Amino acid sequence: MRGIPGSMQVLRPRTADEAVEAFAEHPLALPVAGGTDVMVLWNMGLLNDRPVLDLSAVAGWRGVRKAPGGLRVGALTTHAELRDHPEIRRSFPLLAQACAEVGSVQIQNRGTIGGNIANASPAGDTFPALAVYEAKVHARSRHGVRVIPFLDVFAGVKKTVLNQAELISAVELPFLPAKPHRTVFRKVGTRSAQAISKIVAAGLLWLGKGRAVSELRFALGSMAPTVRRLRAVEARVAGRKLGPALVATAVEDAARDVFPIDDIRSTAEYRLAVSRNILRSFLQA
Amino acid sequence: MPKPGIAVGRSVPRVDADAKLRGVAKYIDDLRLPGCLYGVTVRSTIAFGTIRKVELDPCWPWKDAVVAGPKDIPGENCVAVIEADQPLLAPGRVMHPMEPLLLVAHPDRNRVWESSKHVQVSYDERDPVLTVSESLARKQLLRGTDNVFKQYLIEKGDVATAFAGAAHIVEGEYRTPHQEHAYIEPNGMAAWVEADGAIVVVGSMQCPYYVQKALKRIFPGRDIRVIQAVTGGAFGGKEDYPSMLAGHAALLALKSRKPVKMLYDRSEDMASTTKRHPSVVRHRTALSKEGRLLAQDIDVVFDGGAYLTLSPVVLSRGTLHATGPYECPNVRVRSRAVATNSPPNGAFRGFGAPQTLFAAEAHWEKIAAETGLDPLKLRRLNLVREGSVLATGQVLKESVSAAQALERVVARSSYEKTRRTHAVCNRKPGKVWKGIGLALVHHGPGFTGSGEVMLASRAAVALERDGRIAVLSATTEMGQGEATVLAQITAETLGLDLSLVRVETPDTAKVPNSGPTVASRTTMIIGGILMKAALKLKERVVQELGSFPTTTKGLKEAGRKLASKGPLTFEEEYRKPPEVVWDEAAYKGDAYGVYGYEAVTVDLSVDRTTYEVKLRAVHTSTDVGRAIHPELVRGQIAGGTVQALGWALTENAVFQRGRMSNSQFTNYVIPTFSDAPPIDLDIIENPYSRGPYGAKGIGELPHNAPAPAVVAAVRQATGLLIGDLPVLPEKICHGLLARRKAS
Repeated sequence: MRGIPGSMQVLRPRTADEAVEAFAEHPLALPVAGGTDVMVLWNMGLLNDRPVLDLSAVAGWRGVRKAPGGLRVGALTTHAELRDHPEIRRSFPLLAQACAEVGSVQIQNRGTIGGNIANASPAGDTFPALAVYEAKVHARSRHGVRVIPFLDVFAGVKKTVLNQAELISAVELPFLPAKPHRTVFRKVGTRSAQAISKIVAAGLLWLGKGRAVSELRFALGSMAPTVRRLRAVEARVAGRKLGPALVATAVEDAARDVFPIDDIRSTAEYRLAVSRNILRSFLQA
Repeated sequence: MPKPGIAVGRSVPRVDADAKLRGVAKYIDDLRLPGCLYGVTVRSTIAFGTIRKVELDPCWPWKDAVVAGPKDIPGENCVAVIEADQPLLAPGRVMHPMEPLLLVAHPDRNRVWESSKHVQVSYDERDPVLTVSESLARKQLLRGTDNVFKQYLIEKGDVATAFAGAAHIVEGEYRTPHQEHAYIEPNGMAAWVEADGAIVVVGSMQCPYYVQKALKRIFPGRDIRVIQAVTGGAFGGKEDYPSMLAGHAALLALKSRKPVKMLYDRSEDMASTTKRHPSVVRHRTALSKEGRLLAQDIDVVFDGGAYLTLSPVVLSRGTLHATGPYECPNVRVRSRAVATNSPPNGAFRGFGAPQTLFAAEAHWEKIAAETGLDPLKLRRLNLVREGSVLATGQVLKESVSAAQALERVVARSSYEKTRRTHAVCNRKPGKVWKGIGLALVHHGPGFTGSGEVMLASRAAVALERDGRIAVLSATTEMGQGEATVLAQITAETLGLDLSLVRVETPDTAKVPNSGPTVASRTTMIIGGILMKAALKLKERVVQELGSFPTTTKGLKEAGRKLASKGPLTFEEEYRKPPEVVWDEAAYKGDAYGVYGYEAVTVDLSVDRTTYEVKLRAVHTSTDVGRAIHPELVRGQIAGGTVQALGWALTENAVFQRGRMSNSQFTNYVIPTFSDAPPIDLDIIENPYSRGPYGAKGIGELPHNAPAPAVVAAVRQATGLLIGDLPVLPEKICHGLLARRKAS
């Protein structure tokens, strides 16, 4: 253990207002929600002497509520709560599935949706689902709430566009206009639990008249510094019938929106090939 | 299956279970040492070069800390194992990343890490040797004139002539990677200096007398006492490294005049302590038309890392197991362990045999692919039986169970039928491809060759004043259950209830030198010595009293009567069975007194979308001679199997410029409970006349077969022979893409 307990200064706001005030006063403080990522860094001694903004007592940022045209998920809602929530499972099943595959049961019990987003890992398990559901992130500061489209939250590996004094307060999930005809969620890890993703995929497909594609939404994680929607593929198939030639072209197009790399977890070649396989079987099904 | 005795053959509660379940067992981190300092190690950041300067930050409050360097070492600056080439603290030359340079102790456990950050080291860096091929090409000379730590040659028959007359000649190359032991408890050690100048060390270790031997050269003229703390797993990883850590803790204790504790965290432990030797093994095999072995020509290269440590003996075991459990009239095995600029590799369950047996078994798949012969039939045709002659000329005289293990696992796993149904399923569309693979292995328990004779291990049984029997040996309990097994053997020999026998803590001040707790030797060798010691005690008591009492009261009385006539401790030494003959110079003869045998099938599926491997079922049939404690034997087989499956499938140690870059469990992926397959365990008891109650060793054997069985199963599923562990989904993907491109 290289973290120094004696060096830790803890700020513990009770309300949203207190939280943003405290953050404004201590801009170097590290916001902590479930703490599952913080614990690792702290243990390595990387957070010594840094104040901690413990958000766990901010009751207003917990839980799932109805909102106009959708659901409002408090930033402190845990993966376990989302995994088990009836309304999430009914209307946003890919998110429930993603939450069921995060880390382990223990991590699902502690880790929160807001923390997951703020941590901005390229391998965030919930991100492709949130991307295809076109979620919106509420960033709160003492000046009010800024609503940011989900894909615009990320600025790079472990980087967000959140300002110095902003905290994620909620994630808004707009209901889908119609039930999709096909959905897919797939996490490709290194083992069956406690795995960091090599690839995460989520997709929604609506078919129209004559089984032509009325809309495709498909997102990939761990394939670029941030989660990516496959815009080229989505545009390619829109309004057209899914025949073998179109599927083959669409699968080729998958490379246009992602930038997979070789790292200690996998290879670029594997990531691209498997992403294409997932997309192909989704479109062919 | 033989009938259970009063203690042997029964799955009795472990003697250490109570303390561990109640959480009162004291691991080194639990040990309170009032006023102790905490020590950390300043390590090299380069792979190869010389130290230009070491500077202590003048702004840091060093008055609270104690710093020790090479100049503080009173004796030799070395960690003696087989040789003494490894320094305790690098004196000027750096041979690998994470090499210890300097030690810092501080009273605050959390702050001590900060102190170590205020030591600046500058280097003159040189181009390092990072692979065995760079080492063999002598990119830099790290050792002698050729970078070779040790080499062996086994020759039997006439290999060249046999190749000339062969119907089939098959060549293949196989590679295995580093493997981390992943014991639950990282390395840790405490040390202090007694008023009379004696040094005492306590810690997590396998071999107290190895530590003592190493410290005697570092601290000459001092008494050295070594005590094993409760140890949370080792798997070979605490065979030689604790000597280094004990030297560090003792050096800081000597300089500071205070007790010092050194506790590695996971990342430091993984990045700086030993790993399984990576290997490159090449096979060239001559076979008759029907698949009978005519000649095996095998070349073995192990990556030893920067210092010699245990590499010669790891290589020796690897060399002796390289042919697999098969009889072949003409054999040549040439093996070398070479130096590279990475932390020294060391002992790990199987000790070189898993590497060479992986190659031998995976090579059957290559032979099957090139000849069209069936891998099961090939094994049936060539496996060793009673009377078979191994490459060293050893004639197998008893307890030879290769055929029995093979046939039992084939039957229990429905191997042949499963293979046929999988083949049908793989031709149809579906989500997965399926495969079942087979491997057959052996393992020689106990030290190789003359090792046991040279160790001359001793162990004793004592009748104590309170009417209990004490087992005195330096053999360490590290989770495997040896304390229970040694107590069982002693109780059985004396005809006593197990509760009357206690096992002494391994402490060099209290127990004789029983050698190291390694090499699957404990049950067979130390158990055998204790059996003789117990018989001596029994004989003495019977001589005096006419019979041997079986109650505490009776034993107490016997002790009182005997005490006046001499000591009540009966010590015995290892005696080599006369029929076991080994010629070390010629490298010929009985390399091991006997062998254990195991056959394994692995049934798995490969996802056609993601190429992820899922284990469906594993079957093992294992000959242990006699299961002294059947449940512990099952634990060894199940645990060893899962550990080997991790090596086969997911454990990918990534080394960059000689340093492990994934030294945490986040990215070094060991199997979890949910990855462990259902395992059907089948224990065969084919007794060995020289083992206590017929027992042979079991600790290492289960690590040998699972990996090649995985490779065989993946070949059935995908058609790819991946001879380079681990079999990652990425390798399957790249193989399939390459095949598609080629066709």
